[in-house]
Amino acid sequence: MSVLGILRVTLTKDLRMEWRSKDAINSMLFFALLVVVIFSFSFDLTAEESRQIAGGLIWVALLFAAVVALNQTWARELRNQVLDAYRVSPAPAESLFMAKTIGNFLFVAVLELLMTPLFIVFYNLRSVGPVYQLVLASLLGNWALVVNGTFFGAMSIRTRSREVLLPLILFPISIPALLAMVGATTSTLTGEGSAHLPLVFLAVYDVVFTLVGLFLFETVLQAE
Amino acid sequence: MRSKFAIFALFTLALLSWGLYQALVGAPTEATMGPVQRIFYYHVPNAWVMELCFPLNFLASIIYLITRKPAVDAFAVATAEVGVVFCTVVLLTGPIWARPVWGIWWTWDARLTSTLVLWLIYIGYLMLRKLSTGGPNPVLAAAFAIFGCLDAVFVFMAIRWFRTQHPQPVFGGGANSGIDPRMMHAFLINMLAFTCYGAMLVWIRYTLERTRQKVDEAHAMKSLLHHEAGAK
Amino acid sequence: MKFLYAAYGVTWAVHIIYLLILTRGFGRLRDDIKDLERD
Repeated sequence: MSVLGILRVTLTKDLRMEWRSKDAINSMLFFALLVVVIFSFSFDLTAEESRQIAGGLIWVALLFAAVVALNQTWARELRNQVLDAYRVSPAPAESLFMAKTIGNFLFVAVLELLMTPLFIVFYNLRSVGPVYQLVLASLLGNWALVVNGTFFGAMSIRTRSREVLLPLILFPISIPALLAMVGATTSTLTGEGSAHLPLVFLAVYDVVFTLVGLFLFETVLQAE
Repeated sequence: MRSKFAIFALFTLALLSWGLYQALVGAPTEATMGPVQRIFYYHVPNAWVMELCFPLNFLASIIYLITRKPAVDAFAVATAEVGVVFCTVVLLTGPIWARPVWGIWWTWDARLTSTLVLWLIYIGYLMLRKLSTGGPNPVLAAAFAIFGCLDAVFVFMAIRWFRTQHPQPVFGGGANSGIDPRMMHAFLINMLAFTCYGAMLVWIRYTLERTRQKVDEAHAMKSLLHHEAGAK
Repeated sequence: MKFLYAAYGVTWAVHIIYLLILTRGFGRLRDDIKDLERD
């Protein structure tokens, strides 16, 4: 079976399993909602202030929600000893990695679709800059979090305290992406400064870490 | 080997002592910053050693993934740990120096932030090794080190380009401009002293790790033989 | 200046703590070797 074929099969399997059980997505959605509400309570901002800060807030909220999601998807694999099956199967590790990453990407996109309107409502946000930049930032930022999260998720489930280790190793690695995401979002919302540089930076980050992840996933999967 | 090491250790200790004396007494007090400037003689050498250790770990991690030699992994963990130690010193002495001189404990400029992120990454590296089930997993750690070091580069660039509203203190001032030879002397002695000390620590940690690897191997061999003997 | 002493003190505190950690590591290693040689 071709690389793309395997990717498609694995991806649809994951999505179908998730759709049937819905446990990961339900808890994630509720968690995301709670995060948005709590953040909204914590900061009482004027309209101008919210435009400055909302970028940072939404990405931090998303980061935490995404980690919950990432832990869930890999934990399920571990429960069913799927990881061992992957190792002995002739399927190339890269397709597995891509399938898992895309699956996680879709989950986090659902989170984004839920959390963004809530943030807009709670903070009365109106964007000064073009909205397509916000969409682009969301997509690129999502991928940045998810590509590393999936890779490290595969690593951290082989450890004790696995749920704690994932954020521990994911957060420092995600810092440059976070800076770029927040920079792009804030630039667009406030209309100050150009969002182009952060977006390009984010794109480069995505490409580099996707390639490194693809390159090393086989190694990491086979490591006992 | 043991005596060579002992001599090196004594030499290092001598250098460190001499360096301490030069830093606190031998070098003249700097005009603008006052006595606090002497922190420079410790802060920069420790930073330098850290800047040696982490790239060495990066190289060792790559080489390990290719060759899978346990000795290379031992070197990797040694440089990572020693790097973290020196990095901790840098992150502590930096703010202690900055506060009286610039009035701020911290700023999110490119160098400081990259240093902090590197520290976080390598603590993560060490925890990854520690928490792996069934003993440290050198392959995972090596893969993570590669991600981590790449990331540090991105962090540096990101702050450079996206965080322009913070003061970017220049660590140059007292050191480069028409420097008093006694200050240069104190600086160079401490650079040499801490480099030797760092090398010594890496050597020690490497030996510890390598010996532990061999002991574990022997343990495994032994239980294997016992098992076979028992099975018969 | 207290900042100066704090900086130097902190430097040596960190280094000494690490040396202690290493010493403990060697101690444990020695115990394990003794264990091994016992049988």
